[in-house]
Amino acid sequence: MEALIPMDIFLDTFFNWQIVQEAWPILWQGLQATLLLSALVVPIGVAGGIILAVLATVHSPWVKWPLRVWVDTFRALPPLVLLVFIFAGLPFIGIDVGAWGAVAIGFFLNTGAYYGEILRAGIESVPRGQLEAARSTGLTRGQTMAYVVLPQAVRNVLPDLISNTLEVVKLTSIASVVALPELLFQARQAQSVTYNATPIMAAAVAYFVLLWPVVRLLSRLENRQLAGRQ
Amino acid sequence: MSAHAPIVDARAIHKHFGHLHVLKGVDLQVAEKELVFLIGPSGSGKSTLLRCLNRLEEPTSGSVIVDGIDMLDARTDINKARQRIGMVFQSFNLYPHMTALGNVALALRKVQGLGKAAAEAKARAALDRVHLADRADHYPLQLSGGQQQRVAIARAIALEPRVMLFDEPTSALDPELVGGVLAVMRELREDGMTMVVVSHEMGFAKAAADRVVFMADGAIVEQGVPAEIFAAPRHDRTRAFISQIERH
Repeated sequence: MEALIPMDIFLDTFFNWQIVQEAWPILWQGLQATLLLSALVVPIGVAGGIILAVLATVHSPWVKWPLRVWVDTFRALPPLVLLVFIFAGLPFIGIDVGAWGAVAIGFFLNTGAYYGEILRAGIESVPRGQLEAARSTGLTRGQTMAYVVLPQAVRNVLPDLISNTLEVVKLTSIASVVALPELLFQARQAQSVTYNATPIMAAAVAYFVLLWPVVRLLSRLENRQLAGRQ
Repeated sequence: MSAHAPIVDARAIHKHFGHLHVLKGVDLQVAEKELVFLIGPSGSGKSTLLRCLNRLEEPTSGSVIVDGIDMLDARTDINKARQRIGMVFQSFNLYPHMTALGNVALALRKVQGLGKAAAEAKARAALDRVHLADRADHYPLQLSGGQQQRVAIARAIALEPRVMLFDEPTSALDPELVGGVLAVMRELREDGMTMVVVSHEMGFAKAAADRVVFMADGAIVEQGVPAEIFAAPRHDRTRAFISQIERH
């Protein structure tokens, strides 16, 4: 009998259905905020990545070196520090972009650099003959990029893009440091009110339900690419 | 422009790749409706010369005039000029994410600005000219190498070019697929297309070329009508090259 007591406490603290029901409205708000954040920062990151990847095709040292420094910097800086600096630091020099603005800029810089590196590899994987064929028909550099090179580049690195997107969605939890009520932030609020860890577990389940289909899709794509290579 | 001015007029073309001097002052004039064959050992510069004609390769010096347009002038709208010069590549270079029709229609829509329906009608007509109208909805991977190359020819001729450049169009093909591509090229010639061809298809050169240009080490060694070049080459290098080719 005595051995059961710690187990009861464990279940009561981490998997308490009563607490889930009480905390649900707060968690639901958090889930919505996380979805909204993801819908904001993923396109912003991809757009930033496309800009960086296309710039990387310019063979001028005036573009190449600043780009290198930019990408290295924002990949090396911890995104949390970056976000805090934009949100709390920049107002001192008169730039106050607010919480959502800080998140948008922070993810543009950090996530954009990661997407940029993936897309650059994708662009480099497209044979040069594709570009030459397109240019020989009179397509401009930009048209060639948009209609011929990028569609193939994206297809070639799709698993990496999706994988990065998973990370980005999980990374939206850092928005809590600028007081945006995303899922994990709300879960911790609920935890401190209920003195119970169940809301955190509930948030974990919500993340899982959200991301598991994407993970499945990813491994299917990876298997297909592996099969295609043989 | 006088009636007899060459449609392609390349003069004193030099091309350096770093330390390599690939073209050493080459002159090439092509008359309207002429079929010129460029032959020579690999590394002789024939492909580079071809690629200088539509400025896929930037000559280090020299001048290239095609259909009256100075291809090397910075003020020339190169994208506009390139529509007049079709090019076919050794490795086909079809866009794998588009159907045959999509491949041919892309430049018609984006470069010539045709609407979807007009571009597709024109693309279908071009595919018909290479006898692939029934393959319009196939993707490149669903086509044989010979069919892919014919789609690539359709992609070029759909823009109604004044000159066609062929860069080893049959070198990547299995022998049984070469005939279909050569047949299409012969039909183009009969329709009066001006063509510059880099190729080792000596049979085709003998049968269809107006002039054969032999290049070695970045320069033109000799040129003339096929009968002359093949039967009675004047230079040792030409003789050696032709006897080597004919042995295969």
